[in-house]
Amino acid sequence: MDMSLVNSFDRDNILVARVDDFLNWARASSTWYFQFGLACCAIEMIAAAQPRHDLERFGAMPRASPRQADVIIVSGTVTMTMATRIKRLYDQMAEPKYIISMGSCSNSGGPYWQHGYHVLKGVDLIVPVDIYVPGCPPRPEALIDGLLALHKKIREDTPLRKVS
Amino acid sequence: MEFTEIIARVDQLAPGAFAPAEEGAGHVWVQPEQWLKVAQLLREDPELHFDSLMCLSGHDRGPEQPLWVAYNLHSMDILHKLEVRIEALREGGSIFSVANIWRTADWHEREVYDLFGINFEGHPDMRRILLPVDWEGHPLLKDYTAPDYYRGIPVLKDKRGWE
Repeated sequence: MDMSLVNSFDRDNILVARVDDFLNWARASSTWYFQFGLACCAIEMIAAAQPRHDLERFGAMPRASPRQADVIIVSGTVTMTMATRIKRLYDQMAEPKYIISMGSCSNSGGPYWQHGYHVLKGVDLIVPVDIYVPGCPPRPEALIDGLLALHKKIREDTPLRKVS
Repeated sequence: MEFTEIIARVDQLAPGAFAPAEEGAGHVWVQPEQWLKVAQLLREDPELHFDSLMCLSGHDRGPEQPLWVAYNLHSMDILHKLEVRIEALREGGSIFSVANIWRTADWHEREVYDLFGINFEGHPDMRRILLPVDWEGHPLLKDYTAPDYYRGIPVLKDKRGWE
């Protein structure tokens, strides 16, 4: 019986890969997102999830619970009342967690950027944002681009090694 | 019924409740202490029968003057309208609640309380409705200044040097 390594790969369907790459591949392929539709951007996020744009072909599946999600898509105007809730829900998510800020409002306050006591001037004031998607509101293509940018970021991650 | 006819009818049923209407104003001022009685009357009198409160809004004319609340009434079977206004003090102003007469008033009164700080006496659930419960101040007042921080979150971004 030939026990050489090459034959073993052949016979037992073994693949060789870096564990980092394998984990990143798994993570990036199933970025389930916690839908945080707050205003008109939510309509575009919903459109992105519908069959025409089909976000699920990138492995992104809408979840209604932070405990099942890997990424929050904050889509819309974040009011002060909602800001404390976003923080709480973000804290409930399991690591690794990511945030896509979708639209001008959640990027910087949008039309309320200067005035408006009631609007948070950018969701990055309370939670760390990974990807900013510009637009008012961004088209579904822009959100898909943002999601792919997040995939790229996840693939470059080194979850098992400390970055020096 | 026309505006003057409505006024005449109310004056007949509840004398002194309405202040003399200004010429061509389109609204009428109500004595605050008579409001509950007048509201009941406007709702239930068969000739007036204002069964719908279309809108209820607070107003502020500036720091020196009292606030007011405007009630826009409509009758869905007689098809006439009326706007009544009531003054309230800037500090600790209070008006009788009509939430039990027109259900519309429930949330609208809470909104006016939230943004102007007018208290509605006898309201079943007098809480803030839009802003967080621990918010300080009432933002639609002309002399309102936004706080710098809310629970450690900067409220207004410092944009000095941006322009």
